[in-house]
Amino acid sequence: MDKERLRQALAKASRAMYKSLPIVFGVIILVSLVNTLVPKTFFTILFQKNIWIDSFIGSAIGSILAGNPITSYVVGGEFLKQGISLVAVTAFLVSWVTVGMVQLPAEIMLLGKKFAILRNVSAFALAIIVALITVLILSFL
Amino acid sequence: MKNKNKKNKIKKKGKIEMSHSQWYFLGIVILISIIVFLVVPESFNPSLGFFLTILKKIIPIFFIVFVLMFLINFLISPKQLVRYLGKKSKIGWPIAIITGIISVGPIYMWYPLLSDLQKKGVRNGFIATFLYNRAIKIPLIPLIIFYFGLAFTIVLTCVMIMASVFQGLIIDKILKIKKGG
Repeated sequence: MDKERLRQALAKASRAMYKSLPIVFGVIILVSLVNTLVPKTFFTILFQKNIWIDSFIGSAIGSILAGNPITSYVVGGEFLKQGISLVAVTAFLVSWVTVGMVQLPAEIMLLGKKFAILRNVSAFALAIIVALITVLILSFL
Repeated sequence: MKNKNKKNKIKKKGKIEMSHSQWYFLGIVILISIIVFLVVPESFNPSLGFFLTILKKIIPIFFIVFVLMFLINFLISPKQLVRYLGKKSKIGWPIAIITGIISVGPIYMWYPLLSDLQKKGVRNGFIATFLYNRAIKIPLIPLIIFYFGLAFTIVLTCVMIMASVFQGLIIDKILKIKKGG
């Protein structure tokens, strides 16, 4: 076995992990803060019962909130029970897992500003498009 | 000679700035937390509890990511990586989709590995597709079926996979235009 290559690979991986450790810690602290300070039920009052505006609001809420996807299913289920449209709830579910406003600083630092902003902006828009297409297909089934 | 020295200095300066920036970020976040806890002291205990729960969950994932980074550095040369996941790769899309779906843990745990791959020449579109597909979680599918039904789950999953490739293509295209390539 090539010992030098092994040592180099180990050093590279350790260096990369050491560099990203403070960023990951920072993001976990931010996620904990947002999760504690923002009650999930607060967002229900924002919906306007308009399919277009609500899908935008749903995507925006999902982008701001962070955490386990299980939470998004529970919150999304509650939104549905309160009469929020399936398009808005789907946009919310999709943006929850594809857009990360809380993680954005970390993404910028590790993957580059242009890439991170472009990825999050396009994921935000795609959450609305995915929601509209999903509900449209479901209406034909 | 002068030019070479100048380039080295810029390189060195860039490295130093990068090595400090992550600590600045952590410092600012800690400062914000202290201010929040001073203003809303009752948020301290639940925040700390949530923080420790996430930390406990991500320690094994951090280890997995470290082992993956080590293995990629040890077993795969940058040339091979570029061949499979570089600009001209054709099998990159299914690789990005499948690895994105089967990857575990929070999204930010994968940034170090992806940053490493990006530096080695992996296409930005594949990285974006990988990140988008992390939204599809196989172990959580029964739960989404329970809340929203089987038809919704199947349709949403298929549409999201297609959207992930679309996003990858858009990102590649825009970043290429910005670079002037």
